[in-house]
Amino acid sequence: MTSQVSVEQPVTYTADEMMTVSAARALRDGMTCFVGIGLPSSAANLARATHAPSLVLIYESGTIGAKPGQLPLSIGDGMLAETADAVVSVPEIFNYWLQPGRIDVGFLGAAQIDKFGNINTTVIGGDYEHPRVRLPGAGGAPEIAASCREVIVVVRQSSRSFVERVDFVTSVGYGSGPGDRERLGLTGAGPKKIITDLGVLEPDPVTFEFTLTGLFPGVSAVAAKERTGWDLAVAADPEIIAGPSPAELDALRNLQRSSE
Amino acid sequence: MAEIVSLAEAVERTIHDGDAVAMEGFTHLIPFAAGHEVIRQRRRDLTLIRMTPDLIYDQLIGAGCARKLIFSWGGNPGVGSLHRFRDAVEHAWPTALEIEEHSHAGMANRYVAGASGLPFAVLRGYNGTGLESLNTGHETAPTIKPITCPFTGETLTAVAAIRPDVAVIHAQRADRSGNVQFWGIAGVQKEAVLASQRSVVTVEEIVDQLDPRPGAVVLPGWTVSFVARVPGGAHPSYALGYSARDNDYYMAWDAIARERGTFTRWLDEQVYPVPAGQL
Repeated sequence: MTSQVSVEQPVTYTADEMMTVSAARALRDGMTCFVGIGLPSSAANLARATHAPSLVLIYESGTIGAKPGQLPLSIGDGMLAETADAVVSVPEIFNYWLQPGRIDVGFLGAAQIDKFGNINTTVIGGDYEHPRVRLPGAGGAPEIAASCREVIVVVRQSSRSFVERVDFVTSVGYGSGPGDRERLGLTGAGPKKIITDLGVLEPDPVTFEFTLTGLFPGVSAVAAKERTGWDLAVAADPEIIAGPSPAELDALRNLQRSSE
Repeated sequence: MAEIVSLAEAVERTIHDGDAVAMEGFTHLIPFAAGHEVIRQRRRDLTLIRMTPDLIYDQLIGAGCARKLIFSWGGNPGVGSLHRFRDAVEHAWPTALEIEEHSHAGMANRYVAGASGLPFAVLRGYNGTGLESLNTGHETAPTIKPITCPFTGETLTAVAAIRPDVAVIHAQRADRSGNVQFWGIAGVQKEAVLASQRSVVTVEEIVDQLDPRPGAVVLPGWTVSFVARVPGGAHPSYALGYSARDNDYYMAWDAIARERGTFTRWLDEQVYPVPAGQL
């Protein structure tokens, strides 16, 4: 999305910038965060550059406590290894660090996500053997979604990507609803937030169905429902989330500029 | 002891049509030059194994070297799709590609089992995912199965060992006895070499003595079949301390690989004519 949103201050920002700022705010200083590449990585690095300087960034390349000065293109750019507190092998990052539940939050993207927060990054359309679209696949996401203490998903919202039921479950959110994570033996609590370019969705405490609980300035609940492929429930009084502060925008744009 | 030979000779003597080949390197130290040599020697029907197929397997798949791909994440990192991989899966071009897919944790543990001489490894993983049901219902031997812990009764996941015929990796340095040293992001290269029957290591340089480096992995020469000196052999991936990841190349690859014609021209211009002999 590149649409410009104007607020009363002469601050203009894009929907993507709002999404990244909102995702960054979801991270608390001192947390340990297993970071996916793309939007999650931008947001995690923005958090570290603003309110969470002691955020511990962990990439699946085995870089623990990476402190990149610019946004990496891949999870294995050299600056991640050069600035990390520790660099471990790939078997070790998954077996010793992720699997036992040491990591506070998993920060993931998605190609397709459903109302129970299940993520598809494998195939869309057709059948598995003959997919209409072949996506990259699982990577580290299934175990990040299973084993981090909680998960936050950052993804642009559209009725094609927000679906009733994903075509393929690559990474489990709440499965088919309450009790599924326990039944499957998944140790982490699961996805707590889906942060989009329109607002924030959180699981209903009883049904675990993702519900619209927050809207960005200038976005209506009707617009959010239109860009959702299931009948999106809206909280009684959705929070209107504050737009990016000048400091947040500066920090984000500096990060992006330095990466060009 | 590893023999120090040219890259062409190393590939010729280790990789044969139909082999299972693991070219590893997790974003860092990807053995691109060796991959191009395999394309030049027109190997066919390979089972290609790699956690992240990356550009290197996009190239091998597009060049028609592969019959099967075993992998866990097939994208162009931070850029988008691997178009040659997608074309093979979606349209069987240039030939049909069988796939066996896992998660990173599953693949890493499969290599660990292979390196350990065990038939399988155990992890918490896959529960509730489509990958689990794919693999249990597959017509070939399943590589993911539930297993009960003999001590606690807990149900965990077993993944079958990977035992490639050949591992191919790139490292910063070797000495004249073929002892290999690499550092930075270490990926699963050690496990891949120890899990394989044979191995080829390309290196940035060959030195008289390997001085210690913090966090370096050393593969003693007797675990390696062949070492070949190929400076820059990881490009557009990189070798920490020698080169930086060529992110512009990764972005430019998207347009090269998107169409069959531009890709084929790239092969004809950039891969086939390059002289095979590299010291």
